[in-house]
Amino acid sequence: MSTDPSNPSPTLLSAACPLPASQHPRVLLGHGGGGRLTQELVERMILPAFANAHLDQRHDAAVLPTAGARLAFTTDSHVVHPLFFPGGDLGTLAVNGTLNDLAMSGARPACLSAAFILEEGLPFETLQRIVDSMKRAAAAAGVPIVTGDTKVVERGRGDGIFITTAGLGWIHHTATIAPASVRPGDLLIFSGDLGRHGIAIMATRESLQFESTIESDCASLVEPVLALLEAGIEVHCLRDLTRGGAASALHEIAGAAQLSLFIDEQRVNIRADVRAACEILGLDPMQVACEGRFLLVLPAAAAESALAVLRKFPTSEQAAIVGEVKERGRTPVVLRSRLGPARILEMGSGEQLPRIC
Amino acid sequence: MKYLDEFRDSELAGRVAAEIKRVTTRPWMLMEVCGGQTHSILRFGLDQMLPEQITLIHGPGCPVCVTPVEMIDKALELAARPGVIFCSFGDMLRVPGSATNLLSARAAGAEVRTVYSPLDAVKIATTHPDREVVFFAVGFETTAPATAMAVRQAAERGLKNFSMLTAHVLVPPALESILSAPDCRVQGFLAAGHVCSVMGHQEYEPIARTYRVPIVVTGFEPLDILEGVCWCVRQLEEGRAEVENAYRRVVRREGNRAAMDLVSEVFEAVPRQWRGVGQIPRSGLGLRAPYARFDAERRFTLSTQSVPESAECLIGEVLQGKIRPPQCPQFGTRCTPDHPLGATMVSSEGACAAYYRYREQTV
Repeated sequence: MSTDPSNPSPTLLSAACPLPASQHPRVLLGHGGGGRLTQELVERMILPAFANAHLDQRHDAAVLPTAGARLAFTTDSHVVHPLFFPGGDLGTLAVNGTLNDLAMSGARPACLSAAFILEEGLPFETLQRIVDSMKRAAAAAGVPIVTGDTKVVERGRGDGIFITTAGLGWIHHTATIAPASVRPGDLLIFSGDLGRHGIAIMATRESLQFESTIESDCASLVEPVLALLEAGIEVHCLRDLTRGGAASALHEIAGAAQLSLFIDEQRVNIRADVRAACEILGLDPMQVACEGRFLLVLPAAAAESALAVLRKFPTSEQAAIVGEVKERGRTPVVLRSRLGPARILEMGSGEQLPRIC
Repeated sequence: MKYLDEFRDSELAGRVAAEIKRVTTRPWMLMEVCGGQTHSILRFGLDQMLPEQITLIHGPGCPVCVTPVEMIDKALELAARPGVIFCSFGDMLRVPGSATNLLSARAAGAEVRTVYSPLDAVKIATTHPDREVVFFAVGFETTAPATAMAVRQAAERGLKNFSMLTAHVLVPPALESILSAPDCRVQGFLAAGHVCSVMGHQEYEPIARTYRVPIVVTGFEPLDILEGVCWCVRQLEEGRAEVENAYRRVVRREGNRAAMDLVSEVFEAVPRQWRGVGQIPRSGLGLRAPYARFDAERRFTLSTQSVPESAECLIGEVLQGKIRPPQCPQFGTRCTPDHPLGATMVSSEGACAAYYRYREQTV
């Protein structure tokens, strides 16, 4: 599950009389933003309804014991407007998103499913381009799409095309890659620069013109993650930095592990054009989505060898240590600003709204 | 990044902070006027770099925050009308009216669109001649020229389906209102640099003279703000009360003539209600008679009555710098960005939002 909320609240899950699903009477766009509203939706409606030992782990993928091995299982729905954007399209997102969720549990992806909801009137040429992208992304990762489904809804009842993919993967290592394994003293590594996917989408959607085209970072993370594990590097936790950006991922881990995470703003790599776009729009780049970046938490002693492995792959060649884990303080995620003083790093609420001036 | 990294340089910032410490001999209370400055101060922890004698009070310069509940209710009523496309800056969408906000109105079926410029709303009106397009014109002097340009474009194109709900406000009358309050604690102002980039700083000179208060035109980056504080403290220590420009790379004394002319062609000063503060004479912009047909409040018959503001939300005290956000009993408990009682908690320039986002004691 890619909307893994922080601060699991056992009392909430076992409450005999459930809280209202939301203080809002209707679903808001912000409930899909990967921030606090998404957390509220999942905690108050989804988790209480389906509670079980695997779901309650709230990991990117569920890890299921089978005879003699462990199986990772995940699913993700993909909607994006526009369908095509610099650096990718809905098809690349649908395949890489699910591959990445499997990778975050340290699994080697075995196969995918794909279910399409198509709106009446969608040009076949558009569908063909998206299917071709999926084919290329799946082939690049060496993972077959083994089952699927198509449904068509009336014109006006869908947004062109929605794709849901599910994935299975085998876990060949014995490590527990989860927030529970995170320890004070661990280091935090971001696998690359932040915020490019979200800004690429926003720029295309709103026809914002910058000096250069900002391309999405959409990519499969399977190779660098498996390389880390194959090199025998001790990995405590992995999380992809999708909706809600780095801020949500950090909060989810801090909440689940009951520890505090400290980030050094100076060390976080955000490209100049992305920073400029965020300044103009009044967005925090740490809250902007990526689709090909992850957070790695590991013991300090393993950090240098991890960086050496990550730098061999184009998607993670700019990996860098950005902070550390400490005992739980008053604040779950602290950002040391480039001028020195520290502040909290907030988890976004939901929908990112550009400012007035 | 050019013009950004230079003004966030930690070594230079440290030097200015040391200079402030050197010149400060007594306690001083300064108000940064603009909410964008408040956010910079909390985001970069600039207040923590200042000597203890310097207190920064957060001013009313957040246009979203000062827009009264009644105006939000009017916006909601307009947005809910069949056939209306309601265009707004993103900032306004989360702001609570007396019952709901524009995001919830959109979820309930209203067509609410986020625009980046008032000119986008004119474009939408041009491409949707069968729909009524209403733009929520909110902002200080900074955004007024773009709003005025939208009105002029709509007039030139002969658009009959474009109008605006005008909530534009002006800075100098608000400063005078703060200064003439009997319990005013403000001893110096950091004026809002971007407002002055349009208006210049001539109009602040009578205020500095009349109230014997230093006013330093200040930018938004860490070094800009520290520099503004330094200049303001220096004036106070030396017993001067002048208008100084610490944001010379953007602001000229006479302002931007073309922008000012455009604004005064389209708008005139009108009395305006400020949220939590009350009515301030000549503190808003209203459409002049030749452009009155673009006034949404005239075009549509609105049933919104004036509504009392929530007694729970201490937004008025916050906007006038009388209390700090964490001093409000609702802060971080009954009032959060997801379930706000007032605009200061949700605007990107709101003081409560700044404390909620950046300050440790709020967690």
